[in-house]
Amino acid sequence: MNLALFIPELALVATAVIVILLDLLTEQKRLLAQVSISGLVVAGGVTVAMWGHNFPTIFNNMLAVDNFALFFKMLFLGVAFLVILSSVDYVIKFARFQGEYYALVLLATLGMMLMAATTNLIAIYIAIELTSISLYALVGFLKDAKSTEASLKYLLLGAVASAVLLYGMALIFGFTGKTNLHDIAQSIQALSPPTLFASPALILGIVLLVAGFGFKIAAVPFQMWVPDVYEGAPTPITAYLSVASKAAGFAIILRVFFSAFGQPDWLSQNWGLIFAGLAVISMTLGNIMAIPQSNIKRLLGYSSIAQAGYLMVGLAALGVSPVGDILGQSGVLFFLASYVFTNMGAFIAVIAISGKLNSDLIDDYAGMGKRAPLLALALTLCLISLIGMPPAAGFMAKFYIFSAAVQHDLLWLVVIAVLNSVISAYYYLRVVKVMWLGQAASQEKVPSSAALRLALVLSCLGVLLLGIIPGYMMRLAELAARIFIP
Amino acid sequence: MLGLEHYLILSAILFSIGLYGVLSKRNAIIILMCIELMLNAVNITLVAFSRYVVPALLTGQVFAIFVIVVAATEAAVGLAIILAIYRGLEDIDVTKINLLKW
Repeated sequence: MNLALFIPELALVATAVIVILLDLLTEQKRLLAQVSISGLVVAGGVTVAMWGHNFPTIFNNMLAVDNFALFFKMLFLGVAFLVILSSVDYVIKFARFQGEYYALVLLATLGMMLMAATTNLIAIYIAIELTSISLYALVGFLKDAKSTEASLKYLLLGAVASAVLLYGMALIFGFTGKTNLHDIAQSIQALSPPTLFASPALILGIVLLVAGFGFKIAAVPFQMWVPDVYEGAPTPITAYLSVASKAAGFAIILRVFFSAFGQPDWLSQNWGLIFAGLAVISMTLGNIMAIPQSNIKRLLGYSSIAQAGYLMVGLAALGVSPVGDILGQSGVLFFLASYVFTNMGAFIAVIAISGKLNSDLIDDYAGMGKRAPLLALALTLCLISLIGMPPAAGFMAKFYIFSAAVQHDLLWLVVIAVLNSVISAYYYLRVVKVMWLGQAASQEKVPSSAALRLALVLSCLGVLLLGIIPGYMMRLAELAARIFIP
Repeated sequence: MLGLEHYLILSAILFSIGLYGVLSKRNAIIILMCIELMLNAVNITLVAFSRYVVPALLTGQVFAIFVIVVAATEAAVGLAIILAIYRGLEDIDVTKINLLKW
């Protein structure tokens, strides 16, 4: 076994411990953010250097170090970098425990990196819980009534979801006698009956897994926690939840469903249809519920449910397609990358604006076009990308996913998805209209710190680059998805 | 003679009781206890499967130990959050924890 392949994760653990200890020793709290960022940079540098090699699995086949895992590790490290940058000014609100805040962000990132890499049911469970428990604590970090309430709701629903997930894992373990995903795949392929109802334990296990993972990616009907938790949590953590936690959920779904249940075809077509159904209700409900929202964090919460729906269109296309459909897989990865930049950008703009206004109400955003033109411009770009209009990244992302779905005879699903995009334009553009045409309550400028501006510029650059020259990221995504081709 | 199916039926019943409790109880601590019940039901499933499906290996038992450890940490965080709520609200009735809606 080669411990060198585990350096990114070890670097994050070391940084988390150092940050907690440093918090006790120093009065210079900005130092904590700098140390956390340097830890992320070290981990990111090593991860980038590992890209493209064919490393063996480590820890007794528990963790894979393939391109797929590395792709997501880079994504999560990037998100954590942006979250910490945008937290620098936010954490001044906390009198104490700033070190713990950064350490928990780092540990949640570690959990997500493990989620993308695990190839064993036991390790998957541990990675998910490492992420979730850090996030429960982070959601309640403000310690006011709303924040603790959000954290309690997240914890109770999250614990139930993980119990359901575990029951599904137990059934699959019982059915196959294995916990390693590749061994599970072999046991399933050795089955003779090509019908759905010949192996009820397997089907029930898969359904329970979908429910457990559905909670992580905020798919309807497992979405009840989303709006409340998004509203109550500290805004940088809301941003983190909405992008990284969702991307980690999709990473693990892709890995589990392709490594373990990708074949035979009768099985993959059935879970493809499950995802198609979830996609329809997630898109529709997310978009319709977003329309009446008056709080921008809740609006973005419902919008993230709808975005999970679009992503599941991609999963459904993968399920019904024959093995080795690289376009569909890399389309899902590309959508995740573009979604990460877009939603991060939107939330960073919200952090900057709401931090000044002390309000998350959309009506209070009136006149932002004059008070903070650059912030308003950035938020507009991100909202346009969320609708899926060119030249932003969201357009290319939706294009790839929908064209993969059309190729695999899911035209009906794409029609519903496009109709939903039209609905979504209404509420996204309403925010844009309020910002640029609304009457400002005061003429006072909205200042933003250098760290926030840097984070915002990076996200917006990502949105534009992915939208205008998508080829480069698409090639990365194809390399990452290639591991699923047998 | 007890067989695998008896253990599976027991754990299914325990899991359902736990889920019912989560959905119907109002006290946050009792909800946490019901979640523990669900996790322990899973542990019984895991150990039973391990004993009957792969008797030579200890996979299920090891899995169950991990579940127990994680459940303990989850309960620790959960109780801390419930304490924080109790400080503000002087109550842990989940129907009264309702600032955030729609």
